[in-house]
Amino acid sequence: MALAQVRAIYDGAPSALAPVATQAARLAALGWAMIVVATVVFIAVMAILLIPLWRRRGAPHTDSPPADVNEVGWVVYGGAAVPALILAGIFVLTLVTLRASDPPSDAPHAPRPLEIQVIGHQWWWGVRYPQYDIESADEIHLPVGRVARITLMSNDVIHSFWVPQLAGKTDVIPGRVNTTWLRADTVGVWRGTCAEYCGMQHAHMALSVIAEPGGAFQQWARQSRAAATAPVERTNAGGGADLCHAMRRLSHRERNAGGRALWTRSYTFCVATHNRWRNASNVRGNVAGWIENPDRIKPGTRMPAVPLNGEQLVAVVAYLESLK
Amino acid sequence: MAVANTGILDMSAAITGAGHDARGRPDAPREILSGPLSDSLSGPRSTGWWGMVWFAATEATLFACFIASYFFLLGDQENFGADGGQPISLIRPLIMTLLLLTSSATMWWGESGIKRGEVGRLRIGLAVTFALGTIFLLLQAGEYASSPIGPGTNAYGSLFFTITGFHGAHVALGLLMNLFVQLRARLGHFTATRHDAVTNISLYWHVVDGVWIAIFASLYLSPRLW
Amino acid sequence: MATGVVERVDLAALTDRLQEEWHTPRTLYGWFATVDHKEIGKRYLVTAFLFLLFGGLEAAAMRTQLARPESRLFSPEAYDQLFSMHGTTMMFWYASPVLSGFSNYLVPLLIGSRDMAFPRMNAFAYWAFLLSGLFVYASFLGGAAPHGGWFAYVPYTSVQYSPGLNMDFYALALLFLTISTTGGAVNFIVTIFKLRCPGMSVSRMPLMLWSTLTASVSMIFALPALTAALIFLELDRRFGTHFYEPTLGGSALLWQHLFWVFGHPWVYIVILPATGMASMMIPTFCRRPIVGHTYVALATVSTGIIGFGVWAHHMFATGMPELSATFFSAASMAVSIPSGMQVLAWLGTIWSARRHVFATPMLFMLGFIVLFVIGGISGVMTASVPFDLQATDSYFVVAHLHYVLVGINLFPALAAFYFWMPKMTGRMLSERLGKWNFWVLFTGVNLAFFPMHVAGLRGMPRRVYTYPAHMGWDGLNMVETIGAYVTVVGVLLFIINVVLSLRSGRRATSNPWGASSLEWSVSSPPPEYNFAVLPTVSGRDPLWEEYDSLSRPAAEHARNPAPTRIPASSELPDWRVLADGRETLDSTILDADPQGVLRLPSETLWPLGLALALTALFSALLFRSPVWTIAGTVATLAAVVGWLWPTQEFWT
Ligand code: HEA
Ligand code: HEA
Ligand code: CUA
Ligand SMILES: [Cu+2]
Repeated sequence: MALAQVRAIYDGAPSALAPVATQAARLAALGWAMIVVATVVFIAVMAILLIPLWRRRGAPHTDSPPADVNEVGWVVYGGAAVPALILAGIFVLTLVTLRASDPPSDAPHAPRPLEIQVIGHQWWWGVRYPQYDIESADEIHLPVGRVARITLMSNDVIHSFWVPQLAGKTDVIPGRVNTTWLRADTVGVWRGTCAEYCGMQHAHMALSVIAEPGGAFQQWARQSRAAATAPVERTNAGGGADLCHAMRRLSHRERNAGGRALWTRSYTFCVATHNRWRNASNVRGNVAGWIENPDRIKPGTRMPAVPLNGEQLVAVVAYLESLK
Repeated sequence: MAVANTGILDMSAAITGAGHDARGRPDAPREILSGPLSDSLSGPRSTGWWGMVWFAATEATLFACFIASYFFLLGDQENFGADGGQPISLIRPLIMTLLLLTSSATMWWGESGIKRGEVGRLRIGLAVTFALGTIFLLLQAGEYASSPIGPGTNAYGSLFFTITGFHGAHVALGLLMNLFVQLRARLGHFTATRHDAVTNISLYWHVVDGVWIAIFASLYLSPRLW
Repeated sequence: MATGVVERVDLAALTDRLQEEWHTPRTLYGWFATVDHKEIGKRYLVTAFLFLLFGGLEAAAMRTQLARPESRLFSPEAYDQLFSMHGTTMMFWYASPVLSGFSNYLVPLLIGSRDMAFPRMNAFAYWAFLLSGLFVYASFLGGAAPHGGWFAYVPYTSVQYSPGLNMDFYALALLFLTISTTGGAVNFIVTIFKLRCPGMSVSRMPLMLWSTLTASVSMIFALPALTAALIFLELDRRFGTHFYEPTLGGSALLWQHLFWVFGHPWVYIVILPATGMASMMIPTFCRRPIVGHTYVALATVSTGIIGFGVWAHHMFATGMPELSATFFSAASMAVSIPSGMQVLAWLGTIWSARRHVFATPMLFMLGFIVLFVIGGISGVMTASVPFDLQATDSYFVVAHLHYVLVGINLFPALAAFYFWMPKMTGRMLSERLGKWNFWVLFTGVNLAFFPMHVAGLRGMPRRVYTYPAHMGWDGLNMVETIGAYVTVVGVLLFIINVVLSLRSGRRATSNPWGASSLEWSVSSPPPEYNFAVLPTVSGRDPLWEEYDSLSRPAAEHARNPAPTRIPASSELPDWRVLADGRETLDSTILDADPQGVLRLPSETLWPLGLALALTALFSALLFRSPVWTIAGTVATLAAVVGWLWPTQEFWT
């Protein structure tokens, strides 16, 4: 992934009002409509508030005689009926948008939706592609234009899956399976984040969605699967060179004990490097420090420090740096 | 824990309920705008009684929340109550229900006694109510002892024991209030016109009984309906 | 007394006698034992304000951390405790108690009574409020403050993911506070129902009574849901139950439903009494009765009721069925309609004012309307399901909640301080400083909270202890932080104003603003017995009764207020001068016809004793000490019995 491209996109805000997909665009349109209505209502109310103040400026400090007021006009028509009409309008917009954001029905010629399982962990995202037999973390690869059905599950506490430029949020709740869908309309990398407070590193539980042309996606999928068939032992033997990529292919079962901790930790870090969330700071010392003692840099990761010998550590660091 | 908590929550109920924060003045003036001013605030109109009404309302809502939680989990979780999902026998809870209903009647009987100034009848009514309530608690203890599941077995068990346990704690608290009022009755505190405390604990007792009916209907009866 | 008419009122002798009956000794004992609603009300206000400062300092700390991206001032653990304690303090130990403080002080005066229906319960509610607050703040001493946010979603708060004492502090302190709040609510309801002075029928009740009543009744039905949720949480954490454990039939969503069934009514509970105060203040400064009194009362009550049917709008992203989502969306929009009625009633009052008096409370009222409208509309926006899917859990929601909470709670509360403090202390606050106070605060609040809308829509999630640079959030956050500091300056100006006023403020007359309700008919500060001669009213604005026919300013007119004017002695029924012990009148619920004479209790230490016993009990539960738990329970029961045991005066 070309880092320049990542940077170009990340320099903009992951803004709900800068949608890059039809689904988010509908939400953004609704958003703008609401902003307009809100502004109009606000200005109207302010006018009613300020006009009498302005009219009477400099009035003598005596009381004018009591005047009759149309109480029903003010409170019932002005306060209830008119707002009810506006609210009804907003509600209709709501229904329309809601309908439009249902997953597109399976048209006969449409390609089968891409199935993706996203598993929330404190504090990273596990990503599985059952159709391709691939597992990875913290990044989601999407072929442009194809609907991806996202199945959300949690491994621990509640998280919330949010890629503002593509779609709204869906919570990731233990004991429940939620679904949502994404479809990227253009090539690019977008930032997603965990939106439900889930503990100390909630702030750093980000992910990226990488949308590529169909061909590039297939190629990525092939490579990832090929990597997954390589023997696991090689990684554990400490050949740091492709530690990062090898980490992805360890299956859930195999990622136990120290292996698992090392996996998550390095992997999260690999992604971090890819995406420059820790941009300038990943100099050599920092990287080594991170692996040796994660708690210092990302406090609360609750990962046991895995003792790597100096040689292994150097190898891992060298590899991570080569990713830049 | 459960008992402690209920105790605390209802303690405040007892405060207004059986309290005498407000009461009539013996030599209150009579002639006022709309007729005679009552010199006693006993009976269903005293501020203490109104206080008890609202405490009872909040307690009843607590049980409503418990029971709503039960139905929520029942509808929401497939594995809710998968094993030990319903009480085995209806006989014991039926007897318990009858006991409580009877005790409401005896409480009412005692209370209507003091309204006519019969302290003796009040004391008998309170004593019988106390006995019935105690038997109810003993039966409930028996049910707990023979239950195949416990509060830690699964969410069903947690709810079952919490709901019935909290209710039991309310009954126990009602018994304590009952004792307190029996003591005061013996000391001659109550007359035909001054017996707020009696009216209030009696209201509390009826509400606790009503709550039991709701519990009985939802935990014991409803699983048999489908 | 057979005739029921007092032959001759010797006012001096009467007030002497009342003073003697109602006087609380100015000793240490008297300080701890007082049951005077005015004293308790003031304590509520001072204590709630201190909690506002605690919460505000936590906010300032958070804003300092968030001023710049990648800031490392606070560790994530510290930040999590800061925002959790900020939200919890503000929602539970500031926003609701500050209103209880005003209601406590004002309700008996507004209804022409000498105290609340249950003065000792009132004292207990205060002590329990204070002690529960100290209890939750004690958690900082052990570095184990609650860290689950103010709504503490499970399973993050379960013992598995939060093994420390943090969440036990949260759950137990809130259970403790709930007892206090419930007691207070019952007290307000019964007081408002039963202690109104003759003539104050339901249709003549001042709007503040309607709003206090609505909030109190809502508490009665909302708090049990919180209690249930907390009990389940503590049982799960400590006694191995599985309410929230999906693998054993429980559900994480159960917490969310219970919490929000409580939580949404709660947000109305913390604003309704404030809107009631607004409906007292705005007419005063417009010199006319509020437009649409009856509709405003109706709107208040219906907000309270509909507020129980919208809770799931906090859960739109949980994957609930579309049908229920649209239902809750529609309900949330419906609940805005009564708010619209209230706002338009204020606007109509201002529009048709006989004069505009721009005193400081009025400025705060104008600011309040502006903030209310902004916060209300952003609420309506989030009530739209698809919009909320983007907005929820982002800074947009943080913006909404501060506009409504600061706008409809803090601003009216400050207005009320400016308005009623002269009544409480007998001294005016400085108008000049007051205007500075308003403008600084208003600027600060908008600077601090408006950009949050934008940050939220630009994708900034809430509850993050730091954020990366170059996300389009940096500038916004800097402005927010500057705004927060300006807000702190605003609050400091207020504190300075209060201190100056206490030391050297201008003396307040009995009715400095020319207002219309009964509390202004007595001296500032009021005597301990409130009213020497119990008032009667014959309209909604008792002190303005003759005002409408005259064109004299209300202030001038109010110098000789009708309700407490002593009628010629032959007209004076004896129930208006009750002075045999602490007595006040009990009346019927709807028409407020006198019904009986209430004898109210005098000073006692039992309420404090009970609150202390409960503190011991909750501490024992916190530290899982069986022995102390039993001791605490016994002490609690003993305190109750001691409290309830009838005193001699009732039996002789
Ligand atoms: C003081 C408390 C208060 C008040 C009064 C309100 C009032 C409202 N709130 Fe708010 N709300 C909170 C406190 C409050 N809220 C808090 C604390 C949260 C966050 C909790 C958390 O997550 O931590 C929250 C969150 C919240 C959410 C969930 C957001 C999310 O987490 O995703 C929603 C969604 O529907 C919502 C809606 C509303 C609505 C519709 C109103 C309405 O009652 C508003 C009605 C008022 C008006 C509309 C203005 C006046 C009307 C007019 C001038 C008439 C003209 C207007 C129109 C035609 C629109 N609120
Ligand atoms: C009534 C309620 C209320 C009030 C008044 C405030 C007031 C403020 N709040 Fe808060 N806030 C909430 C209720 C409230 N808040 C809630 C419910 C949440 C959600 C929590 C959660 O997510 O769980 C929240 C969350 C929240 C956040 C989001 C945190 C996050 O998601 O990470 C932020 C961030 O900026 C914030 C800021 C502020 C600021 C700057 C103020 C300012 O207005 C504060 C102004 C300052 C003061 C009032 C005090 C000033 C102090 C002094 C003057 C010191 C003087 C000292 C001495 C004399 C000794 N608040
Ligand atoms: Cu995961 Cu926040
Ligand atoms: Cu809400």
